[in-house]
Amino acid sequence: MSKLVLKNVVKRYGSFDAVADFSLELAKGEFVSLLGPSGCGKTTTLRMIAGFMPPTAGTIEMDGKQISSAGHVVPPEHRRMSMIFQSYAIWPNMTVGENVGFGLQIRKLSRAEIDRRVDKILDVVQMRNLKGRYPAELSGGQQQRVALARAIVVEPEVLLLDEPLSNLDANLREEMRFEIRRLHDEFKITTVYVTHDQSEAMVTSDRIVVMNKGKIEQIDPPHTLYGRPRSRFVAGFIGRTNFLEGRHEAGEVRFDGFAAKAGSLEGVNGSGALLYSLRPQAIGLTTRQPSGQALAVESEISSRSYLGEYWDYQVRPLAGTKPVRVSTSPSQVFEVGSRVWLEIDPAAMVRVE
Amino acid sequence: MTATASTLDTAPARTARAGGFDSTWLLWIGIIAVLLFLVVSPFIYLVITSFQAERTGEFTFANYATAYGRARYVEALLNSLKLGAVSALLAGIFAVPLAWAVARTDMPGRGLTRMLVLATFITPPYTGAVAWILLAGPNAGWLNRFYTLLTGAEAGPFNIYSFSGLALVIALYSFPYIFIFTTAALELVSSEMEDAANILGAGPWRTMWRVTLPLALPAILGGLIICFLEAIALFGSPAMIAIPARFNVVTTQLFQFFGNPVRVEVAAAYAMPLLGITVLLVLVQRLMTHRKGFVALTGKGGERRPILLGRWRWVVFGYAMFVAALAVFLPYVFLLQSAFAKAWGRGFAWDNISLQNFRFVLFEHATAAKSVLNSFLYAGASATVAVFLTLGIAYIVARKLVPFGGVLGFLCVAPFVIPGVVLAIGFYAAYAPPPLSLYGTALILILAFTTRFLPVGYVNASAAIRSVNPEMEEAVRVLGGSRLTALRRVVTPLLKRNLLGAWLLIFIPATRELSAAIFLYGPNTKVASVMIFDMSEEGNFERLAALALILQVLTLPLLWVGQKALGRDFMLRRNAT
Repeated sequence: MSKLVLKNVVKRYGSFDAVADFSLELAKGEFVSLLGPSGCGKTTTLRMIAGFMPPTAGTIEMDGKQISSAGHVVPPEHRRMSMIFQSYAIWPNMTVGENVGFGLQIRKLSRAEIDRRVDKILDVVQMRNLKGRYPAELSGGQQQRVALARAIVVEPEVLLLDEPLSNLDANLREEMRFEIRRLHDEFKITTVYVTHDQSEAMVTSDRIVVMNKGKIEQIDPPHTLYGRPRSRFVAGFIGRTNFLEGRHEAGEVRFDGFAAKAGSLEGVNGSGALLYSLRPQAIGLTTRQPSGQALAVESEISSRSYLGEYWDYQVRPLAGTKPVRVSTSPSQVFEVGSRVWLEIDPAAMVRVE
Repeated sequence: MTATASTLDTAPARTARAGGFDSTWLLWIGIIAVLLFLVVSPFIYLVITSFQAERTGEFTFANYATAYGRARYVEALLNSLKLGAVSALLAGIFAVPLAWAVARTDMPGRGLTRMLVLATFITPPYTGAVAWILLAGPNAGWLNRFYTLLTGAEAGPFNIYSFSGLALVIALYSFPYIFIFTTAALELVSSEMEDAANILGAGPWRTMWRVTLPLALPAILGGLIICFLEAIALFGSPAMIAIPARFNVVTTQLFQFFGNPVRVEVAAAYAMPLLGITVLLVLVQRLMTHRKGFVALTGKGGERRPILLGRWRWVVFGYAMFVAALAVFLPYVFLLQSAFAKAWGRGFAWDNISLQNFRFVLFEHATAAKSVLNSFLYAGASATVAVFLTLGIAYIVARKLVPFGGVLGFLCVAPFVIPGVVLAIGFYAAYAPPPLSLYGTALILILAFTTRFLPVGYVNASAAIRSVNPEMEEAVRVLGGSRLTALRRVVTPLLKRNLLGAWLLIFIPATRELSAAIFLYGPNTKVASVMIFDMSEEGNFERLAALALILQVLTLPLLWVGQKALGRDFMLRRNAT
């Protein structure tokens, strides 16, 4: 049985659909991210799961019991969930220990039991030595750890995270991603994670729900999402990509400057315009004409940038007008204006809508 | 954990029930009822009463005919308008240079100047008026005596019992409003704006005239309007000065309608223009200071460096001290002299010094000491009620717990446009007659004070609530705590200081309130301000000075507490007004 089920959930403000027909099932212990640009409805969805907002239509169930519908909503305090907020929402009038112990106090545990559990979880997030401090004396990263400890210590049925890393600096953000995943591997709490940062979602999640304008674009594990994006939006939002427009004519698909056999490409049907996504690092770049299955396209380097971890080339097929973006390792150096061969594996080209 | 599991099971039933007739509706009805009682009903009674015939209660326009049928009644209204305009202008002349000097220049003694403005601000206008009677009374006034001593002239030129005297006294004790508005605006003008003018070739004076002051202009005009309204609504100073000077203003005329026999119907009719003008000007003031696009209100941008005045700094300082001398130094010196004198006219002589005035007001006078106690009790009660009421309402409005929350907020700030005198007439009309018959009781004074200071409470409370991120409460709820738990464990502890601040901002002025109290007190509920007013009518200036000083001294510890908890400027901030 699924842990959490959202069925056709809608949130409407006037005539504007903040969330439109959202359906999702989470298995017990699964970590799912809601990923999308700001205003795509991901936070609204999370707040409906938490019970802070009623849906306009649709239902939310946990363990097979309905907890949200347009008619009634189990209030957040009766859902046995916990949540980590964008602002952390650490209570400044309580110490670290009091903050973390609060949920246990509400659950009427004995003082000794509260102390034991608080100490244990503070050990897990490496904050034990700061138990008596007030939040104002903590750094952003430490506050974040307190928020994590406070949410996990109550052993919630579902853990909700609302852009928890957006207020941290870049290095800390990267460190905390792994921390969040580590805690999930340790406690196996069913988790919904809202973020607009694709690498955050990819590091932490079992599956990612990509949202745009209130609608679900695609639900898949990170590698599928990257390798097999289903829409132009997903391909463009997750990582960098080349969009190649082709026309299907007489067993061939003609692109700008080269053509591929219709049989070698996926999703070729009927005739007319087709759109493919091709990742810059899926393209090979050589000085000599390659041999083998891949398409070889004679081209010219039109510009380049060096980014330390890789080269970013703009390469224009001799027969084409628009350059293609190609990433290579730092050791593959080509001068601007020099002749090269693009090596394109038709299997790496993904048909998108 | 099993306990929470069972609540999960029962919860849907509970919320389903709440969905039909929401308990939040009950809450809304309760609050609306309280606000109807405090704000709406006195106002409605005021309007109704103005159309009722005395005794019979029939509908009539006769009250309006009576109220404006005589030339001298109309003249009193014109006097008020003239008085408001002149005092506001004078107050502006006192306040704007001081505000600019304190906020934007390197004038020496900026902290001192702020302190002296605060001292002015906490001096009740009627105490200032008494001090100025001692200073500039014809013949016996100290300024006149010094003048004759120095020049050998027969009589001095100063006469406080005149229109200009009254305007001066009112301006001296209302200029802090303009000061507060203007400094707040000037402190938000970034130096970069002035630098931009400098680099294009404008000198410091030109920059001040063309850039700095125009940016602060909406705030200055707003302050002028507040001073104007303060002047036309004031009762104490006009009663002490205008009546002996044989002219009337609206408030003193209203007081006479309230004399024996009480003609509340005529008073209500006569109060209408005062109310109308106030409503109108408050709207104008709001429009002006809330207009978007002025940096003065956006508050972003660069550092603020003081303007270097060079030698001029001492000239500006001299002006600040001149204003302070008129508002604080001279008045308090001669109030002290009077309070410790057997007879103030005998001047500074060793054998004229005595504590008898203090002994008299504290121990011998039948009601003086009790009046001080009453003032503090009533002020305390109304401050407490107003703070918790407005906190509750501000919370409910900010968290959108009830539909039409805006109505509640509006009712809370509405009393701001009702002058104290008018409010008192409304309370009299609504609650003096049976069945409530509250006239002269402590309750009616407490309720009237609560209503009068509701806007101060609400403005502070809603600012405080807005400073609490709703996620703080959501974090409580998601961990299983109810909304009440969130309020008790998180919101209230976080707002402790703000609540204390709001309480003091209501309590301190409430201990001095005269305009409403004078219409509503009874024999057992006399407050200190009314006592002081009575003594001035009897000409008991020594005892009056002693009582006024006692009231001031009792305020000092509260001021100290406020400054400790909220910072030195807590009374001179914009939301204090």
